[in-house]
Amino acid sequence: MAARSFSISRLPGFNAIAVLVFVVLYLPIIVLVIYSFNAGRSISDWEGLSLHWYAVAWDNDDVKDATIRSLYLAVTAAVISTAVATMAALGTTRRRAFRGQTFIYVMINQPLMVPEIVTAVALLIFFAAIRQATGYQGMGYLVAAHAAFCIPFAYLPIRARLEGMDLTLETAASDLYASDWQVFRHVTFPILLPGILAGLMLAFVTSLDDVVITVFIKSAGQDTLPTYMLGQIRRQVTGEINAISSALLALTVALLTLFFLLTRKRD
Amino acid sequence: MTTARPAAAGTAIEAARVVKEFGQGATTFRALDDVSIAVREGEFFTLLGPSGCGKTTLLRLFAGFEMPSSGAILLKGEDITELPPNKRPVNTVFQSYALFPHLSVAQNIAFGLVMQGRPAGEVAAQVEKMLALVKLESLAGRRPAQLSGGQQQRVALARALAPAPRVLLLDEPLSALDLKLRKEMQIELKRLQTETGITFIFVTHDQEEALTMSDRIGVMSAGKLQQVGTPRDIYTRPVNRFVASFIGETNFLPATAVPGGVRLATGDVVALPGAPASGAVTLTVRPEQVRLVAAGEAGSIAATVRALVYFGTDTHCHLALADGSELVARLQSPATGDAGLAQGQAVGVTFVPGAAQIVGD
Repeated sequence: MAARSFSISRLPGFNAIAVLVFVVLYLPIIVLVIYSFNAGRSISDWEGLSLHWYAVAWDNDDVKDATIRSLYLAVTAAVISTAVATMAALGTTRRRAFRGQTFIYVMINQPLMVPEIVTAVALLIFFAAIRQATGYQGMGYLVAAHAAFCIPFAYLPIRARLEGMDLTLETAASDLYASDWQVFRHVTFPILLPGILAGLMLAFVTSLDDVVITVFIKSAGQDTLPTYMLGQIRRQVTGEINAISSALLALTVALLTLFFLLTRKRD
Repeated sequence: MTTARPAAAGTAIEAARVVKEFGQGATTFRALDDVSIAVREGEFFTLLGPSGCGKTTLLRLFAGFEMPSSGAILLKGEDITELPPNKRPVNTVFQSYALFPHLSVAQNIAFGLVMQGRPAGEVAAQVEKMLALVKLESLAGRRPAQLSGGQQQRVALARALAPAPRVLLLDEPLSALDLKLRKEMQIELKRLQTETGITFIFVTHDQEEALTMSDRIGVMSAGKLQQVGTPRDIYTRPVNRFVASFIGETNFLPATAVPGGVRLATGDVVALPGAPASGAVTLTVRPEQVRLVAAGEAGSIAATVRALVYFGTDTHCHLALADGSELVARLQSPATGDAGLAQGQAVGVTFVPGAAQIVGD
């Protein structure tokens, strides 16, 4: 053992466990994607390669409506929650440690800790009261709910970026005649931008695949893509679901790749 | 404590009776304790002291990053105590350089000028001039992360010098560089200061750096200014025991004042004009001012060689006097052979005339 130092990769069973974990993680997804190209009606018998189910999904007006609604909701919620999270991150890191700082962190990250079903029920009751009082039936409830539970997902990468940033940079900028606003505009914001992009993307993806809260608080005719799919599966499972899922997967991978390329260039 | 009062004409920046305290109540820490200092126009002034002595705090007060608890900061006689850093014609070179990672070398250098709202043509011309001054013309388009430590250091200097500040503050800017580069940058800094004529205030804990570069040095300890003077003053006439031991190496010998000199614990009397008439005193003498002569020679102090340490150009000879007190003599190493001394050998010790002096505590 003198020549070789400890390495976790030489522990017994390391390779077997690693392979098993990857199989469990990726095999179901691979099967899902493969069957989205199935020509037949079944989702378990392979009947030849075709784009049939993609065409069916594309021509389905319900799918189109749900997709547009999902994208609208995810973009709006991501923008609102990232703006709020940026301010929260600046407020909690750009000052000396203060009393109750940990409490504030917990408060901001509440949606990560409270079970989603509890939040969903609470919002259902709360929004029902508002509905009754105002008669408002629009998308506002979904936007507010999504923006709220997306905040911690946007907050965490932004805060991480701010904490990794040398505070002396801001001091240096003010030493070089920059006003407070100019310090933010020319130094803090550009350096923070990769964190803000990461926050936006995480918030977008989180909103895009939410089911629990959405199901509880949506009004009739406010199906998002995930709730629409859930509804379909209850009736009959067809390759259409595989096709929509595969398209969502492709969108997420594309976003991740784009983000990776953007931030790599910046640093 | 001596506070040099400058000629009325040339004070660049001044701290007047400045006190800076951090914390509240029982945990209050006094970082600066009634410090008054006046730095002259065009001077290379060094604040020297061990870490925690308050030198960086004083620098931050000059820059405007901190406000004094009491006292005032004056720029050319004008009170700027309340002025925020972005309104002071004073720039800083930070210990960590603090270069903007998202901007190129040229954009970093241009930053201060752009923030001042100077016209684009003037900014471009000044950036060119600064790049030439620090010899980085070929790297104008690079990002800081693509530069070596020494190059980053030059960019930080150029960025702080570009707006032509009244005073340039340098916070231990050389501490991150290796020894060889540090020596080069010492010469470079001195050249930049001479060429630009800007007042430099340089903070360091490295006494050699302070001695070789400065016009004047302010020695600080425990939040107080101990002594201000030229490097030669500070080295040859330290006002107290702290200054004597912090700048260079020195020997301390307990003694008693007698008329015309001091009597060591061994009974030997060292002639010292101007010494107090009586009382216990501390005598200090630099190792290079100690001479070894044959044992028993008239006027010499009897000593025994304890150890010899070879340093290349010098050999340090550790001596014990008759009463057991220790003394180090620094001897130039001979070109060939050894110093002709051996451990346990009896020798005589004399001090170069005028070199030994009394210091306070």
